[in-house]
Amino acid sequence: MYGKGLRPLSIATVAMIALSLSLVFFYAPLDADQGFIQKIFYIHVPLAMVALVGFIVGGVFAIAHLRTDNRKWDAYSYVSIHISVIFGVAVLITGAIWAKASWGHWWVWDEPTLVSFLIVFLLYATYYPFRYAIEDRDRQARYASVFAVTAGAFVPLNFMAVRMAQSLVHPRTFATADGGLPGEMMLTFLCSLAAIALLWTTLVKFELTAKSASGQVKRLRRALDAPASGGSSRIAPEVS
Amino acid sequence: MTPSRTAFAAILAKDLRSELRTLQSLPAMALFSVTTFVIFRFGLDRTSLSGSLASGVLWATLLFAAVLGINRLFVAEREEGGFDAIRLAPIDRSVLFAAKVAALVIYLLALEMVAVPIFAVFFLDDAAGLGPLVAVLVLTDLGLAATGTLISSMAVNSRARDLLVPLVLLPLAVPLMIAATGATEPLLSLGGPSYHRFGSWLLVLGLYDLIFGLVGYAVFDFLLED
Repeated sequence: MYGKGLRPLSIATVAMIALSLSLVFFYAPLDADQGFIQKIFYIHVPLAMVALVGFIVGGVFAIAHLRTDNRKWDAYSYVSIHISVIFGVAVLITGAIWAKASWGHWWVWDEPTLVSFLIVFLLYATYYPFRYAIEDRDRQARYASVFAVTAGAFVPLNFMAVRMAQSLVHPRTFATADGGLPGEMMLTFLCSLAAIALLWTTLVKFELTAKSASGQVKRLRRALDAPASGGSSRIAPEVS
Repeated sequence: MTPSRTAFAAILAKDLRSELRTLQSLPAMALFSVTTFVIFRFGLDRTSLSGSLASGVLWATLLFAAVLGINRLFVAEREEGGFDAIRLAPIDRSVLFAAKVAALVIYLLALEMVAVPIFAVFFLDDAAGLGPLVAVLVLTDLGLAATGTLISSMAVNSRARDLLVPLVLLPLAVPLMIAATGATEPLLSLGGPSYHRFGSWLLVLGLYDLIFGLVGYAVFDFLLED
Protein backbone atom coordinates (compact mmCIF):
# COMPACT_ATOMS: atom_id res chain seq x y z
CA MET A 1 0.00 0.00 0.00
CA TYR A 2 3.02 2.22 0.35
CA GLY A 3 4.04 1.27 -3.17
CA LYS A 4 1.33 3.40 -4.76
CA GLY A 5 2.84 6.16 -6.87
CA LEU A 6 6.36 4.88 -6.39
CA ARG A 7 6.92 4.37 -10.14
CA PRO A 8 5.96 7.89 -11.33
CA LEU A 9 7.89 9.35 -8.39
CA SER A 10 11.00 7.37 -9.35
CA ILE A 11 10.70 8.43 -12.99
CA ALA A 12 10.31 12.07 -11.95
CA THR A 13 13.37 11.76 -9.72
CA VAL A 14 15.53 10.28 -12.47
CA ALA A 15 14.36 12.92 -14.94
CA MET A 16 15.03 15.73 -12.47
CA ILE A 17 18.50 14.40 -11.64
CA ALA A 18 19.29 14.10 -15.35
CA LEU A 19 18.06 17.64 -15.96
CA SER A 20 19.98 19.16 -13.07
CA LEU A 21 23.19 17.27 -13.97
CA SER A 22 23.00 18.50 -17.54
CA LEU A 23 22.41 22.01 -16.26
CA VAL A 24 25.40 21.65 -13.92
CA PHE A 25 27.75 20.52 -16.66
CA PHE A 26 26.51 22.32 -19.78
CA TYR A 27 24.57 25.38 -18.67
CA ALA A 28 25.99 26.82 -15.45
CA PRO A 29 29.06 29.00 -16.07
CA LEU A 30 32.47 28.10 -14.63
CA ASP A 31 33.24 29.87 -11.37
CA ALA A 32 35.83 32.59 -11.86
CA ASP A 33 37.81 31.73 -8.70
CA GLN A 34 37.44 28.02 -8.28
CA GLY A 35 36.83 26.82 -11.81
CA PHE A 36 35.45 23.36 -12.40
CA ILE A 37 35.62 22.14 -8.78
CA GLN A 38 32.98 24.67 -7.78
CA LYS A 39 30.42 22.42 -9.50
CA ILE A 40 30.45 20.13 -6.47
CA PHE A 41 28.53 22.96 -4.81
CA TYR A 42 25.43 21.85 -6.75
CA ILE A 43 25.58 18.43 -5.09
CA HIS A 44 27.04 19.25 -1.70
CA VAL A 45 24.83 22.13 -0.60
CA PRO A 46 21.47 20.59 -1.67
CA LEU A 47 22.46 17.31 0.01
CA ALA A 48 23.22 19.15 3.24
CA MET A 49 20.00 21.16 3.14
CA VAL A 50 17.87 18.12 2.38
CA ALA A 51 19.56 16.07 5.10
CA LEU A 52 18.97 18.79 7.71
CA VAL A 53 15.36 19.25 6.67
CA GLY A 54 15.02 15.44 6.76
CA PHE A 55 16.22 15.40 10.38
CA ILE A 56 13.65 18.04 11.29
CA VAL A 57 10.94 16.14 9.37
CA GLY A 58 11.89 13.03 11.35
CA GLY A 59 11.34 15.06 14.53
CA VAL A 60 7.92 16.22 13.32
CA PHE A 61 6.90 12.63 12.56
CA ALA A 62 8.15 11.69 16.03
CA ILE A 63 5.86 14.32 17.58
CA ALA A 64 2.99 12.83 15.56
CA HIS A 65 3.89 9.40 16.90
CA LEU A 66 3.96 10.58 20.50
CA ARG A 67 0.65 12.40 20.12
CA THR A 68 -1.30 9.70 18.31
CA ASP A 69 0.55 6.59 19.47
CA ASN A 70 0.29 5.29 15.91
CA ARG A 71 3.30 3.15 15.01
CA LYS A 72 3.12 4.29 11.40
CA TRP A 73 4.60 7.66 12.39
CA ASP A 74 7.48 6.00 14.18
CA ALA A 75 8.33 4.15 10.98
CA TYR A 76 8.16 7.43 9.04
CA SER A 77 10.41 9.09 11.58
CA TYR A 78 12.90 6.22 11.51
CA VAL A 79 13.08 6.12 7.72
CA SER A 80 13.44 9.93 7.46
CA ILE A 81 16.35 9.93 9.87
CA HIS A 82 17.85 6.84 8.24
CA ILE A 83 17.93 8.35 4.75
CA SER A 84 19.15 11.68 6.13
CA VAL A 85 22.07 9.99 7.89
CA ILE A 86 23.03 8.34 4.59
CA PHE A 87 22.82 11.74 2.89
CA GLY A 88 24.90 13.10 5.77
CA VAL A 89 27.76 10.73 4.93
CA ALA A 90 27.63 12.04 1.36
CA VAL A 91 27.63 15.64 2.64
CA LEU A 92 30.75 15.08 4.72
CA ILE A 93 32.56 13.34 1.87
CA THR A 94 31.68 15.94 -0.76
CA GLY A 95 32.48 18.69 1.75
CA ALA A 96 35.91 17.19 2.37
CA ILE A 97 36.59 16.93 -1.37
CA TRP A 98 35.55 20.54 -1.92
CA ALA A 99 37.66 21.71 1.04
CA LYS A 100 40.69 19.83 -0.28
CA ALA A 101 40.27 21.30 -3.74
CA SER A 102 39.64 24.90 -2.78
CA TRP A 103 41.48 25.31 0.55
CA GLY A 104 44.06 22.53 0.27
CA HIS A 105 42.98 20.61 3.37
CA TRP A 106 40.59 17.68 3.73
CA TRP A 107 39.06 19.23 6.80
CA VAL A 108 38.86 22.86 7.89
CA TRP A 109 37.70 23.72 11.39
CA ASP A 110 36.90 27.33 10.61
CA GLU A 111 34.00 26.56 8.30
CA PRO A 112 31.14 26.71 10.83
CA THR A 113 28.50 25.09 8.64
CA LEU A 114 30.62 22.00 8.02
CA VAL A 115 31.55 21.68 11.70
CA SER A 116 27.93 22.09 12.80
CA PHE A 117 26.91 19.48 10.30
CA LEU A 118 29.52 17.07 11.66
CA ILE A 119 28.19 17.49 15.21
CA VAL A 120 24.58 17.01 14.10
CA PHE A 121 25.65 13.95 12.10
CA LEU A 122 27.47 12.48 15.12
CA LEU A 123 24.36 12.92 17.23
CA TYR A 124 22.07 11.26 14.69
CA ALA A 125 24.56 8.46 14.16
CA THR A 126 23.87 7.42 17.77
CA TYR A 127 20.20 6.93 16.86
CA TYR A 128 20.91 3.38 15.70
CA PRO A 129 22.76 1.98 18.73
CA PHE A 130 20.24 3.82 20.90
CA ARG A 131 17.27 2.19 19.19
CA TYR A 132 18.98 -1.16 19.00
CA ALA A 133 19.61 -1.27 22.74
CA ILE A 134 15.91 -1.19 23.66
CA GLU A 135 14.19 -4.52 23.32
CA ASP A 136 10.52 -3.91 23.92
CA ARG A 137 9.05 -2.72 20.61
CA ASP A 138 6.57 -0.18 21.99
CA ARG A 139 9.14 1.29 24.29
CA GLN A 140 11.70 1.32 21.48
CA ALA A 141 9.34 3.32 19.28
CA ARG A 142 8.52 5.78 22.07
CA TYR A 143 12.13 6.32 23.12
CA ALA A 144 13.24 6.71 19.51
CA SER A 145 10.58 9.39 19.06
CA VAL A 146 11.76 11.20 22.18
CA PHE A 147 15.29 11.05 20.79
CA ALA A 148 14.13 12.43 17.43
CA VAL A 149 12.29 15.33 19.11
CA THR A 150 15.26 16.19 21.34
CA ALA A 151 17.72 16.00 18.46
CA GLY A 152 15.42 18.11 16.29
CA ALA A 153 15.50 20.87 18.92
CA PHE A 154 19.27 20.47 19.08
CA VAL A 155 19.92 21.22 15.39
CA PRO A 156 19.29 25.03 15.34
CA LEU A 157 20.88 25.55 18.76
CA ASN A 158 24.02 23.76 17.65
CA PHE A 159 24.31 25.84 14.50
CA MET A 160 24.06 28.98 16.60
CA ALA A 161 26.72 27.92 19.10
CA VAL A 162 29.19 26.81 16.42
CA ARG A 163 28.67 30.02 14.45
CA MET A 164 29.39 32.05 17.58
CA ALA A 165 32.57 30.11 18.30
CA GLN A 166 34.11 31.43 15.08
CA SER A 167 36.44 34.24 16.09
CA LEU A 168 36.51 35.87 12.66
CA VAL A 169 33.76 36.01 10.11
CA HIS A 170 34.39 33.46 7.40
CA PRO A 171 33.11 34.19 3.89
CA ARG A 172 29.92 32.22 3.48
CA THR A 173 29.23 30.33 0.30
CA PHE A 174 25.55 30.72 0.69
CA ALA A 175 25.62 34.45 1.23
CA THR A 176 27.13 34.72 -2.24
CA ALA A 177 24.66 32.16 -3.55
CA ASP A 178 21.80 34.36 -2.43
CA GLY A 179 23.17 37.69 -3.44
CA GLY A 180 25.97 37.74 -5.94
CA LEU A 181 25.21 34.53 -7.79
CA PRO A 182 24.39 34.91 -11.49
CA GLY A 183 20.95 33.78 -12.59
CA GLU A 184 22.22 30.68 -14.41
CA MET A 185 23.95 29.42 -11.29
CA MET A 186 20.90 30.11 -9.13
CA LEU A 187 18.63 28.25 -11.55
CA THR A 188 21.00 25.28 -11.66
CA PHE A 189 21.23 25.28 -7.88
CA LEU A 190 17.45 25.31 -7.45
CA CYS A 191 17.09 22.45 -9.96
CA SER A 192 19.69 20.42 -8.08
CA LEU A 193 17.93 21.15 -4.81
CA ALA A 194 14.63 19.93 -6.26
CA ALA A 195 16.35 16.83 -7.67
CA ILE A 196 17.95 15.93 -4.34
CA ALA A 197 14.71 16.57 -2.46
CA LEU A 198 12.89 14.27 -4.88
CA LEU A 199 15.60 11.65 -4.43
CA TRP A 200 15.15 11.83 -0.66
CA THR A 201 11.38 11.45 -0.96
CA THR A 202 11.72 8.51 -3.34
CA LEU A 203 14.20 6.73 -1.09
CA VAL A 204 11.99 7.28 1.96
CA LYS A 205 8.97 5.95 0.12
CA PHE A 206 10.96 3.04 -1.24
CA GLU A 207 12.20 2.00 2.18
CA LEU A 208 8.73 2.31 3.70
CA THR A 209 7.35 0.12 0.90
CA ALA A 210 10.07 -2.47 1.40
CA LYS A 211 9.49 -2.53 5.16
CA SER A 212 5.75 -2.78 4.73
CA ALA A 213 6.15 -5.66 2.26
CA SER A 214 8.52 -7.60 4.50
CA GLY A 215 6.20 -6.99 7.45
CA GLN A 216 3.29 -8.41 5.49
CA VAL A 217 5.32 -11.42 4.40
CA LYS A 218 6.25 -12.06 8.00
CA ARG A 219 2.65 -11.86 9.13
CA LEU A 220 1.53 -14.23 6.38
CA ARG A 221 4.28 -16.67 7.30
CA ARG A 222 3.21 -16.54 10.90
CA ALA A 223 -0.37 -17.14 9.82
CA LEU A 224 0.76 -20.18 7.83
CA ASP A 225 2.83 -21.24 10.81
CA ALA A 226 5.90 -21.63 8.66
CA PRO A 227 9.36 -20.82 10.06
CA ALA A 228 10.56 -17.44 8.81
CA SER A 229 13.62 -17.58 6.64
CA GLY A 230 16.34 -15.15 7.61
CA GLY A 231 15.78 -12.83 10.56
CA SER A 232 14.63 -9.34 9.72
CA SER A 233 16.51 -6.32 10.98
CA ARG A 234 16.20 -5.94 14.72
CA ILE A 235 16.68 -2.18 14.64
CA ALA A 236 14.15 -1.20 12.06
CA PRO A 237 10.53 -0.72 13.05
CA GLU A 238 7.86 -2.82 11.47
CA VAL A 239 5.30 -1.18 9.25
CA SER A 240 1.81 -2.51 9.00
CA MET B 1 2.04 22.93 49.45
CA THR B 2 0.57 21.54 46.29
CA PRO B 3 0.79 17.77 45.75
CA SER B 4 3.35 18.28 42.98
CA ARG B 5 5.57 20.32 45.22
CA THR B 6 5.31 17.80 48.03
CA ALA B 7 6.19 15.02 45.63
CA PHE B 8 9.10 17.04 44.25
CA ALA B 9 10.48 17.66 47.72
CA ALA B 10 9.99 14.02 48.70
CA ILE B 11 11.78 12.61 45.63
CA LEU B 12 14.63 15.11 45.91
CA ALA B 13 15.05 14.43 49.63
CA LYS B 14 14.99 10.68 48.97
CA ASP B 15 17.71 11.01 46.35
CA LEU B 16 19.95 13.21 48.45
CA ARG B 17 19.48 11.05 51.54
CA SER B 18 20.30 7.84 49.69
CA GLU B 19 23.36 9.46 48.12
CA LEU B 20 24.53 10.68 51.54
CA ARG B 21 24.07 7.23 53.06
CA THR B 22 25.53 5.11 50.27
CA LEU B 23 27.98 7.63 48.74
CA GLN B 24 27.75 5.81 45.44
CA SER B 25 28.31 8.61 42.94
CA LEU B 26 29.89 11.72 44.41
CA PRO B 27 33.18 10.36 45.79
CA ALA B 28 33.75 8.47 42.54
CA MET B 29 33.10 11.60 40.48
CA ALA B 30 35.46 13.70 42.61
CA LEU B 31 38.20 11.07 42.57
CA PHE B 32 37.82 10.66 38.82
CA SER B 33 38.22 14.37 38.20
CA VAL B 34 41.34 14.69 40.35
CA THR B 35 42.93 11.71 38.58
CA THR B 36 42.01 13.22 35.21
CA PHE B 37 43.74 16.48 36.20
CA VAL B 38 46.90 14.47 36.95
CA ILE B 39 46.64 12.73 33.57
CA PHE B 40 46.27 16.09 31.83
CA ARG B 41 49.33 17.41 33.69
CA PHE B 42 51.42 14.69 32.06
CA GLY B 43 49.47 14.45 28.82
CA LEU B 44 49.96 18.14 28.12
CA ASP B 45 53.28 18.28 29.96
CA ARG B 46 52.33 21.55 31.64
CA THR B 47 52.51 22.50 35.27
CA SER B 48 50.35 25.57 34.92
CA LEU B 49 47.50 26.30 32.57
CA SER B 50 45.72 29.40 31.35
CA GLY B 51 43.26 30.54 28.71
CA SER B 52 41.87 27.96 26.32
CA LEU B 53 43.97 25.08 27.68
CA ALA B 54 42.76 25.73 31.21
CA SER B 55 39.12 25.97 30.23
CA GLY B 56 39.40 22.91 27.98
CA VAL B 57 40.97 20.76 30.69
CA LEU B 58 38.46 21.93 33.28
CA TRP B 59 35.37 21.35 31.14
CA ALA B 60 36.45 18.06 29.59
CA THR B 61 37.12 16.74 33.08
CA LEU B 62 33.86 18.02 34.55
CA LEU B 63 31.86 16.64 31.61
CA PHE B 64 33.33 13.15 31.90
CA ALA B 65 32.93 13.18 35.68
CA ALA B 66 29.31 14.23 35.21
CA VAL B 67 28.75 11.25 32.89
CA LEU B 68 29.64 8.95 35.81
CA GLY B 69 26.91 10.45 37.97
CA ILE B 70 24.38 10.61 35.13
CA ASN B 71 24.92 6.90 34.45
CA ARG B 72 23.82 6.05 37.97
CA LEU B 73 21.00 8.58 38.29
CA PHE B 74 18.09 6.19 37.73
CA VAL B 75 19.70 2.90 38.76
CA ALA B 76 17.91 2.81 42.11
CA GLU B 77 14.55 3.54 40.45
CA ARG B 78 15.14 0.72 38.02
CA GLU B 79 16.39 -1.87 40.49
CA GLU B 80 14.16 -1.11 43.45
CA GLY B 81 10.95 -0.50 41.51
CA GLY B 82 10.85 3.27 41.93
CA PHE B 83 9.48 3.70 38.40
CA ASP B 84 6.46 1.55 39.27
CA ALA B 85 5.88 3.54 42.43
CA ILE B 86 5.91 6.82 40.49
CA ARG B 87 3.50 5.34 37.95
CA LEU B 88 1.14 4.29 40.73
CA ALA B 89 1.36 7.56 42.64
CA PRO B 90 -1.33 10.16 41.83
CA ILE B 91 1.18 12.81 40.81
CA ASP B 92 2.29 14.49 37.63
CA ARG B 93 5.11 12.43 36.16
CA SER B 94 7.08 15.49 35.13
CA VAL B 95 7.71 15.93 38.87
CA LEU B 96 10.15 13.04 38.69
CA PHE B 97 11.99 14.82 35.89
CA ALA B 98 12.17 18.08 37.84
CA ALA B 99 13.31 16.35 41.02
CA LYS B 100 15.99 14.34 39.22
CA VAL B 101 17.27 17.46 37.44
CA ALA B 102 17.46 19.23 40.80
CA ALA B 103 19.29 16.29 42.37
CA LEU B 104 21.75 16.15 39.50
CA VAL B 105 22.40 19.90 39.70
CA ILE B 106 23.17 19.48 43.41
CA TYR B 107 25.54 16.57 42.67
CA LEU B 108 27.31 18.58 39.98
CA LEU B 109 27.65 21.64 42.22
CA ALA B 110 29.03 19.44 44.99
CA LEU B 111 31.49 17.91 42.51
CA GLU B 112 32.59 21.35 41.36
CA MET B 113 33.05 22.56 44.92
CA VAL B 114 35.73 19.88 45.21
CA ALA B 115 37.11 19.74 41.68
CA VAL B 116 37.40 23.43 40.82
CA PRO B 117 39.47 24.45 43.89
CA ILE B 118 41.76 21.46 43.32
CA PHE B 119 42.06 22.50 39.66
CA ALA B 120 42.97 26.02 40.78
CA VAL B 121 45.59 24.73 43.22
CA PHE B 122 47.08 22.39 40.63
CA PHE B 123 47.20 24.62 37.59
CA LEU B 124 46.16 28.24 38.04
CA ASP B 125 48.57 31.05 38.91
CA ASP B 126 45.78 33.45 39.68
CA ALA B 127 42.40 32.56 41.11
CA ALA B 128 40.67 35.89 40.33
CA GLY B 129 38.59 34.33 37.54
CA LEU B 130 36.92 31.83 39.84
CA GLY B 131 34.29 34.28 41.12
CA PRO B 132 32.52 34.93 37.80
CA LEU B 133 33.16 31.28 36.85
CA VAL B 134 30.41 30.35 39.32
CA ALA B 135 27.76 31.76 36.94
CA VAL B 136 29.12 29.66 34.07
CA LEU B 137 29.22 26.57 36.27
CA VAL B 138 25.63 26.98 37.45
CA LEU B 139 24.20 27.58 33.97
CA THR B 140 26.16 24.70 32.43
CA ASP B 141 25.10 22.37 35.25
CA LEU B 142 21.46 23.17 34.58
CA GLY B 143 21.77 22.29 30.89
CA LEU B 144 23.82 19.18 31.57
CA ALA B 145 21.31 18.08 34.19
CA ALA B 146 18.35 18.55 31.83
CA THR B 147 19.82 16.54 28.95
CA GLY B 148 21.54 14.10 31.32
CA THR B 149 18.31 13.27 33.15
CA LEU B 150 16.47 12.75 29.87
CA ILE B 151 19.14 10.44 28.41
CA SER B 152 19.72 8.62 31.68
CA SER B 153 16.04 7.81 32.13
CA MET B 154 15.97 6.23 28.67
CA ALA B 155 19.33 4.49 28.90
CA VAL B 156 18.50 2.83 32.21
CA ASN B 157 15.71 0.85 30.53
CA SER B 158 17.94 -0.43 27.75
CA ARG B 159 20.40 -3.26 27.46
CA ALA B 160 23.42 -1.02 27.01
CA ARG B 161 22.93 1.34 29.94
CA ASP B 162 26.50 2.38 30.61
CA LEU B 163 27.24 2.69 26.91
CA LEU B 164 24.29 4.81 25.86
CA VAL B 165 24.73 7.72 28.26
CA PRO B 166 28.18 8.81 27.04
CA LEU B 167 27.35 7.89 23.46
CA VAL B 168 24.24 10.07 23.20
CA LEU B 169 25.04 12.71 25.81
CA LEU B 170 28.41 13.82 24.45
CA PRO B 171 27.18 15.05 21.05
CA LEU B 172 24.18 16.65 22.78
CA ALA B 173 26.53 18.46 25.15
CA VAL B 174 28.72 19.92 22.39
CA PRO B 175 26.91 23.31 22.18
CA LEU B 176 26.96 23.49 25.97
CA MET B 177 30.70 22.87 26.01
CA ILE B 178 31.29 25.41 23.22
CA ALA B 179 29.53 28.08 25.25
CA ALA B 180 31.02 27.05 28.61
CA THR B 181 34.61 26.97 27.33
CA GLY B 182 33.98 30.18 25.38
CA ALA B 183 32.92 31.96 28.56
CA THR B 184 35.63 30.36 30.74
CA GLU B 185 38.61 30.98 28.45
CA PRO B 186 38.90 34.77 28.98
CA LEU B 187 38.21 34.33 32.71
CA LEU B 188 41.27 32.13 33.10
CA SER B 189 43.54 34.00 30.71
CA LEU B 190 47.05 34.93 31.82
CA GLY B 191 47.22 38.43 33.29
CA GLY B 192 43.83 38.48 34.97
CA PRO B 193 40.27 37.72 33.91
CA SER B 194 38.63 39.54 31.04
CA TYR B 195 35.00 39.41 29.98
CA HIS B 196 35.23 39.06 26.21
CA ARG B 197 31.73 38.03 25.00
CA PHE B 198 30.98 36.73 28.51
CA GLY B 199 27.37 37.91 28.37
CA SER B 200 26.54 36.39 25.00
CA TRP B 201 27.98 33.03 26.05
CA LEU B 202 25.89 33.10 29.21
CA LEU B 203 22.90 33.84 26.98
CA VAL B 204 23.64 30.76 24.86
CA LEU B 205 23.93 28.66 28.02
CA GLY B 206 20.63 30.03 29.28
CA LEU B 207 18.96 29.31 25.95
CA TYR B 208 20.25 25.73 26.01
CA ASP B 209 18.94 25.28 29.58
CA LEU B 210 15.57 26.69 28.59
CA ILE B 211 15.16 24.62 25.42
CA PHE B 212 16.21 21.31 26.89
CA GLY B 213 14.41 21.98 30.16
CA LEU B 214 11.20 22.48 28.19
CA VAL B 215 11.84 19.52 25.85
CA GLY B 216 12.55 17.26 28.82
CA TYR B 217 9.48 18.47 30.65
CA ALA B 218 7.32 17.92 27.56
CA VAL B 219 8.51 14.44 26.60
CA PHE B 220 9.25 12.88 30.00
CA ASP B 221 5.67 11.61 30.36
CA PHE B 222 6.17 9.29 27.40
CA LEU B 223 9.23 7.69 28.96
CA LEU B 224 7.32 6.43 31.98
CA GLU B 225 4.45 4.79 30.13
CA ASP B 226 4.49 1.06 30.03
